[in-house]
Amino acid sequence: MIMNDTVDYNISETEPGSRVKPAFLRYHEIPPKEDDEFITKQQTKFLTKPKKYTFSKKVDAFLVEVYKVYKFFTLFFKESFRSPFHLRELINQCYEVGLKSLPLITLTGFIVGIVFTKQSRPSLEEFGAQSWLPSLMGIAIIKALGPLVTALICAGKVSSGIGAELGSMKVTEQIDAMEVSAVNPFKYLVITRVWATTLIIPVLVFYCSFVALLGSSINVNTNDSTSFLSFYQNAFLRISFIDFSESVFKSIIYGFTIGFVGCFKGYNADQGTRGVGKAANQAVVLAMFLVFIEEIMTVQIFNWFRAF
Amino acid sequence: MEKLKHHVINRDEPVISIKNLYKSFDNLHVLKGVDFVLHEGENVAVLGKSGTGKSVLIKIIVGLLKPDNGEVFALGKQVDKLSRKELDQLRLQIGFSFQSSALYDGMNIYQNLAFPLVMNRMGLSKKEIGVAVENIADAVGLKSKLKQMPSDLSGGQRKRIGIARTLILNPKIMLYDEPTAGLDPITSSEIIKLINDVQHQFNTSSIIITHDLTCAKNTSDRIAMLYEGRFVKVGTFQDVFDDDNQVLKDFYNYNFTQE
Ligand SMILES: Nc1ncnc2c1ncn2[C@@H]1O[C@H](COP(=O)(O)OP(=O)(O)OP(=O)(O)O)[C@@H](O)[C@H]1O
Ligand SMILES: [Mg+2]
Repeated sequence: MIMNDTVDYNISETEPGSRVKPAFLRYHEIPPKEDDEFITKQQTKFLTKPKKYTFSKKVDAFLVEVYKVYKFFTLFFKESFRSPFHLRELINQCYEVGLKSLPLITLTGFIVGIVFTKQSRPSLEEFGAQSWLPSLMGIAIIKALGPLVTALICAGKVSSGIGAELGSMKVTEQIDAMEVSAVNPFKYLVITRVWATTLIIPVLVFYCSFVALLGSSINVNTNDSTSFLSFYQNAFLRISFIDFSESVFKSIIYGFTIGFVGCFKGYNADQGTRGVGKAANQAVVLAMFLVFIEEIMTVQIFNWFRAF
Repeated sequence: MEKLKHHVINRDEPVISIKNLYKSFDNLHVLKGVDFVLHEGENVAVLGKSGTGKSVLIKIIVGLLKPDNGEVFALGKQVDKLSRKELDQLRLQIGFSFQSSALYDGMNIYQNLAFPLVMNRMGLSKKEIGVAVENIADAVGLKSKLKQMPSDLSGGQRKRIGIARTLILNPKIMLYDEPTAGLDPITSSEIIKLINDVQHQFNTSSIIITHDLTCAKNTSDRIAMLYEGRFVKVGTFQDVFDDDNQVLKDFYNYNFTQE
């Protein structure tokens, strides 16, 4: 009895506004009635059997996760083209994604442009080839740095933001609340966000490349007395149509990845406030990882194209 | 606080009926053979200790969770067999007020209240939606808070807005998840009044989950006691608490002797 006393005290403390009274403790010790055994027998007939792991707990969990991603992916494309379309929310999200990362992208793009120019100059000077500097910068920025820098910044800023936002909506039952008021939360939250990043991140990539080239041109202009006009002429000289399409293609893929990962992690967040932090964190890590993988793959694929 | 009731309950019209319902989470068996009927125009309070699956039960009714076994009918439709569209149609007629209020914290109170209307009734004009929102905010006594964000409100105010947000679609069935939990007696009696007003005005049927016997007694026609995954006793307040069952006696004594 005394043992029970202490145990039950803790349980009832979790209930707001309640105080412990000994009579309540008996709640746990109801003597079984005659028909209780019958009921238990009836119940065991319907109870789901305990789960057995096919491989091991961790492997199973991983496979389930992969399956979930697949489902999320197919659901995204299925629901994307079915009404209702939340156009206003899509535009909202485009603003959100764009404006949120604009200052950081401006700063980083500009600095990357300057620093990369400064660092490349000595090597080129060694061969007496510093007149190639604008072309080199053009290739480096448009083909690689612009898309990659933008994608990494957005993975950090946008993907984690979406992960945290949807994660907290999930754990505070806001997503369930949408569901019960007959709004499809997947359409309203996920589809709008993923399309927003897919549309806006390519724009940001252009913007970032532009700012980086600007930084580079200022540096070149002050150091090598090359005019701005001839800098840009040279910068774009070596950029072919296929290079350009590669950048656009890459940016679209990055945009999709960043939105998709953020939404997936947030939408499937674990219960509790820890789930929110975890969702945001995992979104960044996974988005960055995928961006690198995709970078390698697109470069490889477009190099095959060029070989033809 | 004496309850005022004037309407006649139509005992022949079940709006919700649940047969032999089972629900487990992995090895945690939460619901084990729940049988239950809610009639038209009736309020039923569901009592039970924390963690007995009360919230799970009403989440199954609106199709947020899928039952493992058994049948759940709401307004004549088997909930777990509906397509997305049919389910949405049904959900428009069932109001669900969350234990945690679940207000959208990215929107202000006005937008929170307008959300179900804006999203579902495309026919309404901006002005009509505005009027509806003001009326419902007035009904819960929070008309002055429309421009504020959910984080600016107290727990009780959030709860009332949460209830208002579900009422704005004029549901036929209301499911309240602990509407008075953690509130002071005055706010709590305001909510009790609100629940009764809603029932009288719109003749809704309600399930009210609560730990609070004052709330149960003053809002409900019947009491249902959930214990170990089943309803061990269903009846009027007097029926249930005159019963011999030790579970009920203890619940009753515990709640009333502490005041
Ligand atoms: N989505 C879920 N996944 C896993 N377990 C769950 C889930 N939802 C509920 N449970 C478990 O089911 C049990 C019943 O939960 P429920 O929220 O229905 O309790 P409750 O009766 O509403 O309690 P309270 O009065 O504290 O709200 C709990 O043990 C809970 O941990
Ligand atoms: Mg609950």
